[in-house]
Amino acid sequence: MNELLRQLLFLPEQGTAYARQVDHLHYFVILSTMLGAAAVGITVIAFVIVYRRRSRSDTTPIVEPKTIHEAIFIGGPLTLFLIWFAIGYPQYVSLQTPPKNAMDVYVQAKKWMWKFAYPGGPNSIDTLRVPAGRPVRLLLTSRDVIHSFYVPGFRLKQDVLPGRYTQTWFQAEEPGRHQIFCAEFCGVGHSGMLGEIVVMKADEFDAWLADQRRGVVAAQDMAAAPSEEIDVRTSLVDQGRRLAGEYGCFKCHTVDGTRHIGPTWLDLYGKQEKLQDGKTVLADEAYLTRSMMDPGAEIVAGYQNVMPTFQGRAPPPEVAAIVEFIKSLRTDLVRAEPSKGPVYAPIAPAK
Amino acid sequence: MPPSPQPSDAVYNAPNYLTEDRGVRSWFTTLDHKRIGVIYLVLTLVSFLLGGIFALLIRIELLTPGPTIMDAMTYNRMFTLHGVVMIFLFMIPAIPGIFGNFFLPLMLGAQDVAFPRINLFTVYLYLLGATIAVWGMIHGGADTGWTFYTPYSTTTTTAVAPILLGAFILGMGSILTGLNFIVTIHTLRAPGLTWMRLPLFVWAIYATSIIQVLATPVLGMTLLLVAVENVFKFGIFDPARGGDPVLFQHLFWFYSHPAVYIMILPAMAVVSEVVQTFARKNMFGYKAVAYSSLGIAFVGFFTWGHHLFTSGQSAFDSGVFGVLSMFVGIFTAIKVFNWTATLYKGSIQVTAPFVYFCGFLFFLVFGGMTGIALATVSLDVHWQDTYFVVAHFHFIMVGGTIMAFLAALHYWWPKMFGKMYSESWALLAAGLIILGFNATFIPQFLLGNMGMPRRYYSYPERFWPLNVASTAGASLLAFGFIIVAIYLAVSLVRGRVAGANPWGSRGYEWNTPSPPNKENFPGTPVITSGPHEYQEPVVATEVSHAA
Repeated sequence: MNELLRQLLFLPEQGTAYARQVDHLHYFVILSTMLGAAAVGITVIAFVIVYRRRSRSDTTPIVEPKTIHEAIFIGGPLTLFLIWFAIGYPQYVSLQTPPKNAMDVYVQAKKWMWKFAYPGGPNSIDTLRVPAGRPVRLLLTSRDVIHSFYVPGFRLKQDVLPGRYTQTWFQAEEPGRHQIFCAEFCGVGHSGMLGEIVVMKADEFDAWLADQRRGVVAAQDMAAAPSEEIDVRTSLVDQGRRLAGEYGCFKCHTVDGTRHIGPTWLDLYGKQEKLQDGKTVLADEAYLTRSMMDPGAEIVAGYQNVMPTFQGRAPPPEVAAIVEFIKSLRTDLVRAEPSKGPVYAPIAPAK
Repeated sequence: MPPSPQPSDAVYNAPNYLTEDRGVRSWFTTLDHKRIGVIYLVLTLVSFLLGGIFALLIRIELLTPGPTIMDAMTYNRMFTLHGVVMIFLFMIPAIPGIFGNFFLPLMLGAQDVAFPRINLFTVYLYLLGATIAVWGMIHGGADTGWTFYTPYSTTTTTAVAPILLGAFILGMGSILTGLNFIVTIHTLRAPGLTWMRLPLFVWAIYATSIIQVLATPVLGMTLLLVAVENVFKFGIFDPARGGDPVLFQHLFWFYSHPAVYIMILPAMAVVSEVVQTFARKNMFGYKAVAYSSLGIAFVGFFTWGHHLFTSGQSAFDSGVFGVLSMFVGIFTAIKVFNWTATLYKGSIQVTAPFVYFCGFLFFLVFGGMTGIALATVSLDVHWQDTYFVVAHFHFIMVGGTIMAFLAALHYWWPKMFGKMYSESWALLAAGLIILGFNATFIPQFLLGNMGMPRRYYSYPERFWPLNVASTAGASLLAFGFIIVAIYLAVSLVRGRVAGANPWGSRGYEWNTPSPPNKENFPGTPVITSGPHEYQEPVVATEVSHAA
């Protein structure tokens, strides 16, 4: 039944459990739409036949509705629509809420390519390899205009904005390939901004990732990478440490927990920061990025607004690297090497 | 209301509004609402032709997966021009400008609108705005899409500013027209014409005018901000200059979503009149239909966020906007059911306007319900910015507004020009247009399901067959419009004389000769009953010389 309706409606393969759920709602919605249109159509045709004009001087009675008629006219569709919403909204919320154990991948869009970066390396252009059966969270940002990351096979779409991060997630079920489109108009190359998600078996993916991190970087990925972009062979954390030095971040921020001109970066990620205006804010990727782009917007209590903006100075890949470096600075997570996968969830204080 | 005038009556010996004054100059300086309506008819039809040519060029380009007849930049300009011309130069001004201007005073028993000079001024604003926009198209032509999303629109090298300025000026005209209608409806109703006796056309035009007056200034402001950023490089929307790109989307849709109702409410206004006339029946649920227009106008202001479900907007906001959007569907459903119920116990005559009414009803149900489906947030994530959305809004805009526009044109043509057109050609063309419309846009729903994003110059081969089907449908649609243009033009020259009331309608506007006199009514009419009440037998004079 699922397969028949899917093909009748020209829907692509369902690559995730989420896609299947959305499709079931889709069938319900389209079928009730068609029934509704058919019901109105048949009623009109029946009336046209039964009440056709017999003489030019026909008179007709004044028919006024009773309250019950209008109540049915309102209540019927309202009930139907709210049922649709009651099914659809939780699905949408689940799409907005990545599971805590998801693997992170940074996605940078620019005219007209997709760049993917795993926190521990490697990077790739237009091809995103992910393991089957594991949740993957995407942290997306754009270098220029608004793009939109669209995977029809996953029923997944997320706008990619310059100057800030958005997120989405998916858990692919089976190994296979899924097309990525850009869905937000971005210029002459818009329809050529294609990519592909390659879903691999989990163990094959692990082996591939380990290979890549040993420095065996696919030559085609390298060739396509613009030269000003950061070296794909080093991990994001290492890049972030180097970039933070180059941008002079350490003049004000420490990494060992001591207080300086700005808040320390140690254990910053995942912390509830108290702001000057009494509010608190969760220091997540979005907050860290905002603080670099618009430092005056959320001043941490007890500090002065002295930081310059890095809007337009630090390109998104570098911002991502610095964010990832900050994320790695944790007292409860002594790392011999950069993060190798799930790093999103603040790991609960040990023991 | 006095009975319809007869050929022997004195009014028929007086010159009508077309023959009263002669010469081109008398048209350029006319304050007569009927002449202004006719000027709008000519201007918007030229725009419709232009927008339609762009649409056909787009469809021809999409006939093959790769480049077909133009390069990517030209294609991007084409869909921008198609959108800008169809929306700002045709959809928004057409029904209020032509039929609102022509029939609102007739339905109110008034001599003219409240501010005839402002009315003429809007024609010049339209001409000025359209000229600047068209000049901008020839001179560089924007490639941003009619939505002008930032920061693309503020960083593109194409000339965006002239088109923005043109849209800004057109918006001014739209505000003034709305203001004029609101004042007219409040102050110029004939004695006895209470609010509950107003024709439903007037109610829906009233609701439209409210949106025009309240929402259009926000568009004007937004377009100016984009122009300022584009020209002077201020940082408002471009994050590279410290701006916020999503702010633009909020401001833009705060106007442009209600603008959808500026386009569809007048269509609903028309079909309310058409269904009552051709079913010879009063509206079932008059109050529900009247108030639902105001309901759409009101709730339409609080739904703009449903364009931003994938923009990173919070899940809570998306939920609120999703539910609010559904209320628009409820108000629309009220109208649909009441129109259908109006046919019950009626005396139905199947004419070209009635066929367009049937098409309108079907397309509105399907287009409306796919709209609710799009408000069901999780489904929208897949459909956002794909051909499904394109098909959805063309079902409402073409299937809804254009069907109603054609219904209005055929229904009121005899009143406006005093001539009848060929009914058999009209029925043939209506059938072709409805068929062609389905063939054009049903494949686009399926393309959206497959995942084809909109504004694509080239596409993977699996989308090919449905694109061919859509282009074939568009050709059929164009063919239908050509037939309409021919028989209407022929009717002006050789058409039968229509008489005052060829349809036997009891709408107030038919109580004038066709075409009406300059002063509309010999004296101020006194209204003693509601419009479209057909329970009394025909008075001898009503249809005596009608066809």
